[in-house]
Amino acid sequence: MKKVVKLLVVSLLIMGLAFSAVGCTKKAAEETKTPAPAAKKVLTVGSETTYAPFEFAENGQYVGFDMDLIRAIGAVEGYDVKINTLGFDALIPAVQAGTVDCCISAMTIKEDRAKVIDFSTPYFKAGLIVAVAQNNTTIKSIDDLKGKRLAAEVGTTGLDASNGLKAKDPKTTVKVFDSVGEAFMELEKGGVDAVINDMPVTSYYIKTTGKDKVKTVGEVFAAEDQYGIGVKKGNAELLAKINDGIAKLKANGEYDKIYKKWFGDLK
Amino acid sequence: MPHMAIQYIYGSNYIDSLLAINGLQVVINNFTYLLEGALLTLQITILSVVFGMLLGLITGLFKLSKNRILFTIATAYIDFFRGTPLYVQILLLYFGILPLFMNFDNPFIPAVIAISLNCGAYIAEIVRAGIQAVDRGQMEAARSLGMTTRQAMTYVILPQAYKIVIPPLLNEFIAVLKDTSLVAVISAEELTLRGKLLYSTYFEAAWIWGTVAVIYFIMTKILAILGDYIERRMATE
Repeated sequence: MKKVVKLLVVSLLIMGLAFSAVGCTKKAAEETKTPAPAAKKVLTVGSETTYAPFEFAENGQYVGFDMDLIRAIGAVEGYDVKINTLGFDALIPAVQAGTVDCCISAMTIKEDRAKVIDFSTPYFKAGLIVAVAQNNTTIKSIDDLKGKRLAAEVGTTGLDASNGLKAKDPKTTVKVFDSVGEAFMELEKGGVDAVINDMPVTSYYIKTTGKDKVKTVGEVFAAEDQYGIGVKKGNAELLAKINDGIAKLKANGEYDKIYKKWFGDLK
Repeated sequence: MPHMAIQYIYGSNYIDSLLAINGLQVVINNFTYLLEGALLTLQITILSVVFGMLLGLITGLFKLSKNRILFTIATAYIDFFRGTPLYVQILLLYFGILPLFMNFDNPFIPAVIAISLNCGAYIAEIVRAGIQAVDRGQMEAARSLGMTTRQAMTYVILPQAYKIVIPPLLNEFIAVLKDTSLVAVISAEELTLRGKLLYSTYFEAAWIWGTVAVIYFIMTKILAILGDYIERRMATE
């Protein structure tokens, strides 16, 4: 027994030491990071690239609205843009840890995210929509989802909305998947009744893969939600560059061009 | 008592400042949430191991059979499930094959099916190796005493193989327990998916994944200790 207590004390002490040491190195790293090299810098961008039409892989290339936008920002601000594909739930921790410089991934700016990373000026207005199977006639809007089976992607506002419905009616079940594609597959095979997800992505899915299998119902909700590019908290220099880039692209018409390219017939 | 030791070394404010750490708060507040996930992990593991053992014993014997058809079935099964990643098997089964037969409201059964099929293939090889490790002379002796092959297998070979098979079998159980983390991909809310859900809400990677790892470690350690105990018991008999 004594031995066990001893072991516990020692391991607790080691843990305490380890974590206080982590705290120290973090601060030191932040302080020394300010000077920037002069040569053309590489901007490492994290993205969850299974989210057409914002970011997806086509012929081995990452394409989509976000990809075009971040490359255009890189072009006007003098960065070489390098895309790293990560899970959506891993994006914010990756930005925090500095393994990527920023993340662009159709990420809605919301309070709890803005607490841990900084967001650029909003660059896209999205909102959520409910998708159901084509032959479903009982669900006509979000009000009909109480007590139903829902699916959503991990870490998304669609999942938040689904959990909100579950909180109101505990009979509601929510299945969580790594990507929204799997949530749609689950919907198609009848494993769930509805998927709540970002409207542009769901529309694109219905136009392409989900044709004749899935339809949207009801109005767009949470329409005030906007996407932002995430950078590490306190990295004001990069944030300013990105904001400047977005402003420039909006002013010179490049933004509209990219928007038309991907959402020409949306709305 | 660890309490007091920490106070002694770091001063009385240490515990307060420790509790002020956001990640620790998250872990404390959601600890039962994680433990519920761990419970599902255990349920999936135990059921999969039980079905996997049945499947493994049968296919392991098939693999030793002189009947070409049984041998081919067993070989194909073992080769497929050992030769492809479990992750892919889970996705294939859940989204590709099971929907053709029936729909599962809950990913629990598909998860157990996927892991059982996979672990059955590994156990089959363990069973085969265990039986083949029993000295040939045992079978010959049993047969010369007038036993049929089946009798010799049941009363002479299998009881001996049983002992040989225990250590690798326990290793396999531990592997299965860890492999269940992969069913997170089909929305089975076991420990890993619970961790993922917390992490995507609170962004405390080190604390959340650290806790998840510790819970897994405790579970595998208990299995390992249990394994040692059983092995020792078997050895003295």
